[in-house]
This record gives sequence, C-alpha cells and structure tokens, in this order.
Amino acid sequence: MTTHLVEPIRKEIVVEAPIERAFRVFTDNLDSWWPRGHHIGKAPLQRAVLEPELGGRWYEIGDDGSECNWGKVLAWDPPRRLLLAWQIDAQWQYDAKLITELEVTFTAQGAQRTLVELEHRNLERFGEAAAALREMMDRGWSGIVGIYAETAGQAQ
Amino acid sequence: MTYHGNGFYALSDPTRREIFERLAQRPQAVGELAERLPVSRPAVSQHLKVLKEAGLVVERAQGTRRVYRVDTAGVEAMRRYLDRFWDRALLAFKKAAEKEKDS
Repeated sequence: MTTHLVEPIRKEIVVEAPIERAFRVFTDNLDSWWPRGHHIGKAPLQRAVLEPELGGRWYEIGDDGSECNWGKVLAWDPPRRLLLAWQIDAQWQYDAKLITELEVTFTAQGAQRTLVELEHRNLERFGEAAAALREMMDRGWSGIVGIYAETAGQAQ
Repeated sequence: MTYHGNGFYALSDPTRREIFERLAQRPQAVGELAERLPVSRPAVSQHLKVLKEAGLVVERAQGTRRVYRVDTAGVEAMRRYLDRFWDRALLAFKKAAEKEKDS
C-alpha cells in the first residue's frame, strides 16, 4: 500500500558538510547528536548505536549496560540513502512486529553542502486501535475482520 | 504490524468487543459496565486492562471511580511528539556534522 492514512512527517535540513561526512555522522556517529533524553530503557542513555549494514540493529545502551532495540536497517546505501525501521510503539516499547519506516536521503549541493531529507511514515501503525475504531464504526465488525486479514497478509 | 497488545487482538474476544462498543457510545465506570453485562466485575476489570494495554481505551479518575473511554487521540499525539522530536534531532545532527572533521 502506498496510501498513508496518517500524513508522514517530512523534514529537511541543509548541512554545511560534504555528503560522505553527513552520512557518516548520521549513522556511525549517531551517538554524537542523538537527543540524550530520548531513550526507552529505564537506565539513562549511555550510547546510541547504529550498526552500519543492511539488517543491522539500531539500539541504545543504558548506563547500566542494558540494551534496548529501536529497530533495524532496511536499506543501506551510503552516502545517499538510509532506510530504518522505527519499531518503538506509542507506549515507548520496542515491538518486533511494528514497522514504521524512517527514510533519510542525502543530496550533495556542492562539495561542502548537503541537503538531508527525512521522512517518518506508516505512522497510522502506532494506533491501529484508533483506526480499528473508525473502521468499525464505518463498516461494522465484518469489515474490520476483512481489513485485519488484508493487513496481516501484508505483514512480513 | 503488531499482533499482541494491539487493537485487533484485544477485540478478538466478544466480551471485550461488547465493552469497547459500549464505551464508544459513552464513557463509563467498571461498575456501570458490569451491571449490564453477564460477567463479573473482576472480569470486566480484566478486559478493560487488555483494552487499555492495546491503547484502545483510556481511564480517568472521577472522584473515587475510574471512568473509561475510547482513545482516538493516540496516533495524533504520537505524530505531534515525533514531529517536534525530529526538528530537535536534525538540528543537533546539523551541529554535529558541521563540527566534525573529515577522517
């Protein structure tokens, strides 16, 4: 499905840095810029890590050594494109079955300047509850069972 | 997709579905729900717990009672939160990338 029930978040920012460095800082050096207050584990965030390969994890390490997954790398195409699965749900828990896509593209605008565009999509998956309610009201229970069958069939 | 802790799983049970549909009509406390359903009050509480964990309903204290209602705000709240989060995160990223030397 390419339609979005909830409008994706789209952001762009111009960075005064070569494309290779921009990509490297975003990925290898995730920890250097990740906002410190944003973690899901009980322990304070010690380090944010992104494994630089297709299928790699991105996760946090707490100051007690505990690890909490955030998701995985769905596409690894340095220095132009990165597709991550953000698998943290609305209750701030990692959920292996939840996949919201976070796509980051890097476009050189000169030797020392890079346009970075970010799209966080599939946000409706945070609240299948709300979607389920709307559908139920619209179509009745038989309708929602059909939708469940469709979406479950699409889930990887 | 989530299977456990999600709306579809929570609504797979007929009693929970009934409770959910009643709450969709109007907010109610556990006692009110139990009076009109052929299940015990503890059973209703248990069903409400599942619905709550699935993000389908929210509870609010009203005097000594806890009143439950259907939650439709979850997605928008999450979107607003992430929208602000990515603004902050990208600004921090920009600073880090511009400070860093090429290796």
